Order: sequence, then C-alpha cells, then structure tokens
Amino acid sequence: MFAFIIRRITQAIFVMLVISVIGFAIKQSVGDPVREITGISVSVAERDALRDKLGLNDPFPVQWFRFVKGALHGDLGNSFKYKRPAVQVILSKAPATLELVLTTSILVVLLSIPIGIYAAIHSKSWWARLAMGGSIIGVSIPVFLTAILLIYVFAVWLQWLPSFGRGELVEIFPGWKSGFFTWSGLAHLFLPTISLTSIMLPLFIRLIRAEMTETLQTEYVKYARARGLKENRILYVHAFKNTLLPVITVGGVQLGTLIAFTILTETVFQWGGMGSMFIKAVEDADTSLMVAYLVFVGLIFVVVNTVVDVIYGYVNPMIRTGGGK
Amino acid sequence: MRFFKKITGSNLFYNFLRDPMAIGSATVLLFLIVASFGAPLFAPHNPYDQTTIDIMDAELPPIWTGAADADSRFLLGTDPQGRGMLSTMLYGMRVSVLIGVGAVVLQSLIGIIIGLIAGYKGGRLEALLMRLADVQLSFSTYMVAIFISAVFQGIFGMGVYSDYALGLLILVIGFAEWPQYARTVRASVMAEKNKEYVEAARVIGLPQWRIMFRHILPNTMTPVLVISTVQVANAIMSEAALSFIGLGMPPSQPSLGSLIKSGFDYIASGSWWISLFPGIALVVLILSINLLGDWLRDYLNPKLYKD
Repeated sequence: MFAFIIRRITQAIFVMLVISVIGFAIKQSVGDPVREITGISVSVAERDALRDKLGLNDPFPVQWFRFVKGALHGDLGNSFKYKRPAVQVILSKAPATLELVLTTSILVVLLSIPIGIYAAIHSKSWWARLAMGGSIIGVSIPVFLTAILLIYVFAVWLQWLPSFGRGELVEIFPGWKSGFFTWSGLAHLFLPTISLTSIMLPLFIRLIRAEMTETLQTEYVKYARARGLKENRILYVHAFKNTLLPVITVGGVQLGTLIAFTILTETVFQWGGMGSMFIKAVEDADTSLMVAYLVFVGLIFVVVNTVVDVIYGYVNPMIRTGGGK
Repeated sequence: MRFFKKITGSNLFYNFLRDPMAIGSATVLLFLIVASFGAPLFAPHNPYDQTTIDIMDAELPPIWTGAADADSRFLLGTDPQGRGMLSTMLYGMRVSVLIGVGAVVLQSLIGIIIGLIAGYKGGRLEALLMRLADVQLSFSTYMVAIFISAVFQGIFGMGVYSDYALGLLILVIGFAEWPQYARTVRASVMAEKNKEYVEAARVIGLPQWRIMFRHILPNTMTPVLVISTVQVANAIMSEAALSFIGLGMPPSQPSLGSLIKSGFDYIASGSWWISLFPGIALVVLILSINLLGDWLRDYLNPKLYKD
C-alpha cells in the first residue's frame, strides 16, 4: 500500500511538472513582458538592459526552473489587467465557483443515486424509460442553451429570478464572500445551479444505472438471491456497495467536465467565479492569469484524482499490485 | 448493385428496419445533412453575400408572431446583422457538421495509430502512451479544447484565429479527443493480438506494420464505428461550446454555436428567436446522432462504454 501511494504521488508530481512546462511555454510564446512593463517610449538599449536584468535572456530550462520555484512559493506572476498577483485574483474568485459547484454536487448526488438505481432495477417500467429518455435529451442539450432558455423564461419573460451576478454577499470569513446567507444571494444561485445540474445529472444517472445493471448480473447477487435474502437487502446493501466504487472513480474523472461546464455556465450568468474570469483573461490576452488558472485547475485535478486513486486502491486491493495500469 | 444488395441483405439493415427509433433518427439526420450541405440550393438567402444583407433588416421577428416589423422574406426572422435566420442556420449547420466530422476523422487517425502501436508493441511505450491518454482524458476533452484554443488565440491573435477558425477548430477538437479512440483500439488489439491468425501472420514473416494495419486493424473496427457516432455528436457539442465562449467560429462565418452566442447578447431585449432556432437545430442534430449511436451500440454490443 505504501509503495502504491508513493507511486501515485510520483506520478502526480510528474504531471504537475508537465503542466508547468506547458504553462511556462504559453507564457513564453504569448506576449512580451518587457513591452508590458515599459510601454512604447523606451529605447531599444534600455529594453535590452531590462530584459537582461529580468533574466529573459537565460536559457529556457533556467527560466522554467525559476517559474517553478516561484510557483511553489505561490507566485505565478502578476495579472496584467487586475494589477495584482494572479494567485490572489484566482483565490478571490474561487468561493463563487466553489459555491456553485457545491450546490450542484449536492443536487446531483441526491437525485442521481435513487433515479439511477430505480432505472436499473425496473428497467422496463415507464418511469425508468422516462428517466433514461430524459437523460439522453439532457446530455444532448448544451449547458449554455439550457442556461439561455432558463434566463429567457424566468428572468426576461416571467421576471421571477435574476439572471446575472451573485446578488448580495456576506463575508463569512476573510476572503470568502458567500451568497448562501441572503435571499438575494440564493435567488441568484438558483438558475446557474439548475443549468449546471441539468448537464451533470444525466451523466451520473446513466453511469449509476449502467454499473448497477452490471452488478445485478454478477454471481454473488444471484447467490444472495438463492440464499433467500430479502430483495431490499440484496439491492441496497450487497449490490449498491459495489456500484459505488466505479462511480467514485468515474466521478473523479468527471471533475474536469464539471469545471469545463462551470466555465460555460459562469459566462452565461456573468457569475463572478474563476470560469468567467478565465474567459475574460483570454479576451484581454492576460497571459499570466491564464497560465495561473491552468496551473491552479491542473493542481486541483491532480490532487483530486490522486486522492480518488488512493482511496480506490485502499478499498480495492487488486488495483495496488503492478497489474493495474 | 451488388454492393447495394449486400447492404440491404445484411443483419444490420434488417435490425435497422425493425427499430422505429433508429429509422426516425436516421431520417431526421439525413434531412438535416441534406438541408445544410444543400444550403446554397435551398436557402432563400446567401448569408455570405454582403450585397444582399441590409442592417436595416436586423432583429426582425419570425413572420408568424404577427409583429408589425415582421417581414415576409424572413420566415424565422433575422439575426443582429440582418441575415435571415433560416439561411444563416442552414449555412451554420454545414459549418458545425464539417467541423464535427473533420475533428472525428483527425482524432480517429491519431487515436487508431497510437492505440494500435501501444496495444501491439506493449511494454514501456504502451505504458507511456496510455498514461498520457489517461491523464489527458482526466482533464476532460472540453477542458483541453478550451485551453488549446485559448492558447492558439493568444499565439495567433484574434484576427488570424478567426480567419483560420474552421481548420484550427478541427485541429483543437481532434487533438482534445484522441484518447477515446486510443483506449478503445488498444483494448481490442489486446484481445486480438494473441489469436491464431496473428500468430500465423507472424510465423510467415510479415512485417510488423502489415500485421498491425492489415490484419489486426480491420478486426478492431466494430468498436471504433460505435464510438465514432457518439464522437461526432461530442465534437459538434465542443465546437458549439467553444464558439459560444468566443473561441470558435467568428460571427462572419457563423456556426450554430456562434449564432446562439450572437442571439444571447440580445436575449434581454426579448429577441428570443436568434438563440432559439439555432439551439433547436443543434439539439435535434446532436440528439439524432446520439440516438443512432445508441442503437448501433445496442446492436453491435461490444461492451465498450459505461457512460
């Protein structure tokens, strides 16, 4: 087990190094830091002197090493637009995204598990067919389209709910402004959460149904039936336990999808989170902020996936040994 | 003629005729494709022809709404630039389908070659390639596509990017989704490579590439075919998403995604039709491809994906 954890962590570090190379390469190829600092009225000689002083003439690996060293100290450069360290900008936007993701995840977990299990057990019933049909339609409707539709119906037409921004916020502790504690904040949270859920929920319903169907066909479930155990016990204790494992792993992988959809949802609702910040950074060619976001999101991915892998290895011993590549 | 007979006599075709869902979605898909690729013939206007566009026609509502400014020339109304929605949508769908299919061709090429080599050669190379695929996949294709196009836009600048948007998008989406193919192909190659016919080919001394591409590859085509349908739908979705956040097709050459985006800017003023019609077209397109893909998967049932 120890060796397994070490191996996973080494891999995670390697992936982070690759991300840092990519991020650094982007920084190198887009934009010229000297021009950003000096403007146009500075002579070529002065620029070259500055370039030397900033170490921009050093070989690529040396500069990359400096970049990684800075990143480890939480320094990913300054945002060109906000005139602040990029990491600070990201951290100030993170609570908005986290709150949106949190409410969505709660909804998805609460709804997908019962619906998925029901659809697997009663696969021929009309409700199950409705759920599966609904989920294939849900997967086929892009998240921004759902969002636009919701905005049109609830904000433009009925005028019940607000369509952009986060509403009134309360600072629950330094740096974390939450919309959970005011009516206006909750009202603003409503439409974005529904949009994001509409795309994530079908993915999980389909996944849980598929896993559960597969588990129900295994020998040990048949054996449990043959032993005359109560059907509910077989379904919810024996079968469901083994359904959850793959769902957790795939759930870890879906984190990337979730973040991508968060970018789209935040853009539509002008939600002041990391996603809309990233799109603005791209529009403004704010390279440092873009790269910082890449590294930050990469870090979240790598940490979550490594933790999921380790938990999985802990629960399922087959993965730990060398064969499980 | 013999080819035609071969198709109509096959099990696949028999099964197809007995599944109303499959026939329905195939008909809808065929209709959409013919309508979009025949756009120069069917569309009442040409949205690329600057001389026929009048900015005074901008944002006219569809004719059946009975609004005072509805114009009988524009059945579904007009977009913010005064182009007829119907014509622009048909041309836009052509762009979307082109990018979707183009991206799938590219990603299947990359994925099949990598998957074949990894599965056949094994060892270190396989571990490296598959690890790479896993890592890229864990970032999700959307995320990778958004990042690459953001970087491209940064490197080339907005102007150049929109000039070559079609090709670049195919490149971006194709590159973002290759791991799906690589994994699928590798899994089938692993199952195939120890069978007798491969052994036999090896014994008579055929070169490795010939065994890989002429002997093993044809036997891995079934799962590839199945994921291809779903991948086309995914690629069209990715394109729409990229265009919506402004990293895709420019407004002058709109795809369905960029049309939805241009409509979104006017939604607060109540111009719902600019977003709604391309949106419906996009959903129907994706849904019909997905349903057809589902049918194909159920028919061939190679236990591939558990999505």
